This record gives sequence, structure tokens and C-alpha cells, in this order.
Amino acid sequence: MGNIIAAIAVLGALGALFGLILSVASKIFEVKKDPREEAILSHLAGANCGGCGYPGCGGCAAAILAGNAPVTACAPAGPDNAAAIAEIMGMAAPTGERQVAFVRCNGGEAAKKRFEYVGVHDCLSATKIAAGPLDCRFGCLGFGSCVNACQFGAMSIGPNGTAVVDPEKCTNCGACMKACPRGLITSVPASKKVHVACANLDKGKAAMSVCGNSCIGCGLCEKECKKDAIHVVNGVAVIDYDKCVGCKLCTKVCPRDAILPKATAEEKEKYKAIKKAQAEKAAAAKKAAEEAAPQA
Amino acid sequence: MEIFKLLSITLGAILANNFIFSQFLGCCPFLGVSKKVDTAVGMGVAVTFVMGLASAVCFVVNKYILIPLDLAYMQTVAFILVIASLVQFIEMFLQKAMPALYTALGVYLPLITTNCAVLGVVLLNVQNGYNFIESVVYGITGGLGFLLAIVLFASIRERLVFADYPKCWDGFPIALITAGLMALAFMGFSGLKVW
Repeated sequence: MGNIIAAIAVLGALGALFGLILSVASKIFEVKKDPREEAILSHLAGANCGGCGYPGCGGCAAAILAGNAPVTACAPAGPDNAAAIAEIMGMAAPTGERQVAFVRCNGGEAAKKRFEYVGVHDCLSATKIAAGPLDCRFGCLGFGSCVNACQFGAMSIGPNGTAVVDPEKCTNCGACMKACPRGLITSVPASKKVHVACANLDKGKAAMSVCGNSCIGCGLCEKECKKDAIHVVNGVAVIDYDKCVGCKLCTKVCPRDAILPKATAEEKEKYKAIKKAQAEKAAAAKKAAEEAAPQA
Repeated sequence: MEIFKLLSITLGAILANNFIFSQFLGCCPFLGVSKKVDTAVGMGVAVTFVMGLASAVCFVVNKYILIPLDLAYMQTVAFILVIASLVQFIEMFLQKAMPALYTALGVYLPLITTNCAVLGVVLLNVQNGYNFIESVVYGITGGLGFLLAIVLFASIRERLVFADYPKCWDGFPIALITAGLMALAFMGFSGLKVW
């Protein structure tokens, strides 16, 4: 018993001694820091997520102060904090809309599997075995590497087996984008609701045979869009978010349900009926005009 | 004879009993901070510095506090305490006195707090029964051995970029293979006897 008490006393005394030395030393060797650094740090997210590329939030604050990083370097902190940092630095507040991550795949159960992968539960590992268990070489594997990478609980594996982002929680820090071995996750403006959820660059049959929800590059959406906001680029439809107004016409004509939010069968039928009625009306008008012409 | 003993400690710590390649201590920073030669040199110098100082301070703590009080079995705990406070103290001191060195060492200095090579060297000092001078020499030369190993390794890793190895070895696998081959090469030094 005496041994234990002696050990506790000696080590406690050592610890207290070192603590005392350190606290005295911190006063003696105190370095005057730029107060702005503390102020900037208080406006960063404080998650030490590393999304900015600097070692922790302290490193990011120092880099912003030194002018090596933009005031928007911390994506998770959001535009309000970026504006506050800009004020500290004496710069104009940055403009720009909040961005969130989006997974460009909606394959899930519709994507055909070549084999059942039973290895390490990690997307990168899965892609190393015969180029991954999916027929589609672009699709989401659903092993959740992005879910593990997310520090904010915004990523999850959705009901159909592909990763989905919760736009409310997403801070656009970029961790998931780096974690995805297939590069499926991109930033999209938070206010836009219509997205192409496919990244398959193959066309026609090659894209059709591997997945039920793949974009085959047919271009129906491109013809349907009244705002010239969606185009087939390299075999996959891409939305120009500057032009998109969110009318969802493209979702109703997509034969592959590759554009989110998915239109239900009823909506599609309804839209088809409207289109048919419009076409008949136009044809009738044309006919009437032709009949009227010879009389004149 | 003293000088010969110091020389044999030096040769042993740098080559034959290299901390990384034959004792497997400090492998974490060895693999983690060896992507560029510049940072590897920074880490190596910082480790050398801390190992030398930790050897000196821990020798004093062990000889004049732990052994007289019959508390030698608490060495590990006491040494961790000493090393952690020492690194903190050095960090504060450098920030004030030598800001250039402080920024050069950067994040590596606090990282050393949990480096097992530093704890290893002070425990080995006790195990080998070294006196004060021998302890300090062993600490510094052990650090130099670490410096040599990490700089060589970083140079190889820089060149690996141009090497044509299977893609699945990218990153840590090829680093571990390289480290293994280097350890084999350093095995050639075992049994080295000058005196």
C-alpha cells in the first residue's frame, strides 16, 4: 500500500512540477500573435476536417491571414462566416451561392451486378477486384467510403443502395469527393433541385445494358428543354445550372429515369397527353391555315 | 576506452541497430512524413533534437528520482510524462527564440510527443545501463540513424513516382515494400565489428 501511495505522490509531484514549469514558460515565452488570427479562427467551422488542404483549422486561419488562402477557404463555415472573415481581412464580402455535394448516380438495385463482392467494406477496395462488382464502370458501389469520409453526417447509403447527400447537413467540404474512387460526387448549387443522377459516358445499348437508370445520351431532354439548359456532353446529360429554372420537363421525358427528381408514371402519362393534345391542336391549326390559304 | 565505447554506440545506433530498420521504432512518422525529402529532413532533425534532450532529462529523472525512491517500475509512465512536457516546452521556447526553426519544423514537433522511437531510446538507455554521456550520445546518434533512414526513404519515394509498379500497390503498399527492402539492406550491417 505504501508503494502505491509513494508512486502516486512522486508521479503526481513530477506532473505538477512539469505543469508548473510549462505554465511559467508559456508566460515567459509568450509570442504576440496577430489578434486577427484568433478572430478568423472563430469564424471557421472548427471541425478540423482538412477539406481546405491545410492541417486543421488553425493552419487554415494562418494561411488566410498570410493571404495564401482565399477568405472562402473554409467551405463548411458557409457564406456568412466567409463574409465575416472578409471583413476582418478588410476585403469585400464574397458573393456566390451555397453549394452542396451531389452523387451523380441513381443506379442502386437497377444497376446489374457481375458478382457479389464480400471483401473489405470499402469502395476503393471493391474497385480493385476485377474493376468492381458492377457492370457499370461509372456507377456508385454503395460501400460507403463517402459516408465514412463525411464529418458532418450528411452522407448515407440510400434505400436503393446508392449514396445520397442530405443537402441540409452538407457543407460542401469536399471530403466525399476525394473519397469516391469513381469521382461521382460534385458540387451543385443548393437551390437547384433538378440533377442528372448518372455519370455513365457510354451511349445507347452499352449504357442501357448495364443499368436500369442509366443515361444513354438519347438527347430527348435536350430537345424538351425550353431554356437550353441541358445538353448531352460525352454521352451523358449535363445541366447548366445558370440556365436551369427547375421546370422538370426533362425529368418527364427521360426514358431512363436518370434525372432527379424522378417523375412518376402518372406524371409522364399526363405530360404525354398534354403534348399529344398540343400536337393535334397545332396540326389542326396548320390544316385550317392551309384550307384558308387558297380562298384568299 | 571510453571513446571507443562511444564510437561503437554511435555506429550501432546509426547502422547496425538502426531504430527503424532493425528495432521497428518510430515507423509511424517514418511512413507518414516521408513523401518529400524537405519534410523528411525537418522531421529527422526534430526527432534527433528531442531524442538527445529526452535522453539527458530522463537519465536525470531515472537516476535521481525514480531509483532512489524504488520506483523504477514506473519508468514508462514517468518517461512519457517527461517527453510530453519536454516537447511542449521546446515548442514554446522555439516559437519565441527561433521562429524560423519553429516554422520549419511545423507540425512535426508536436507529433514527436507520441513517437515511440523517443520513448524507446530512453528505455533502452536504462536497459543497457548507460551512463549520462553514453545516454546522450545514444539518443543523438539514434536520432541521426532515424534521420538517415527517413531521408533515404523519402528520396526513394520521390523517385517511385516514375517507377512502373502495379497500380494496386499505389501509396502505402509500395512504401511498405520499399521499407522492407531497405531493412534487408541494413541487415548487412549487423555483425559489423570494428573493435
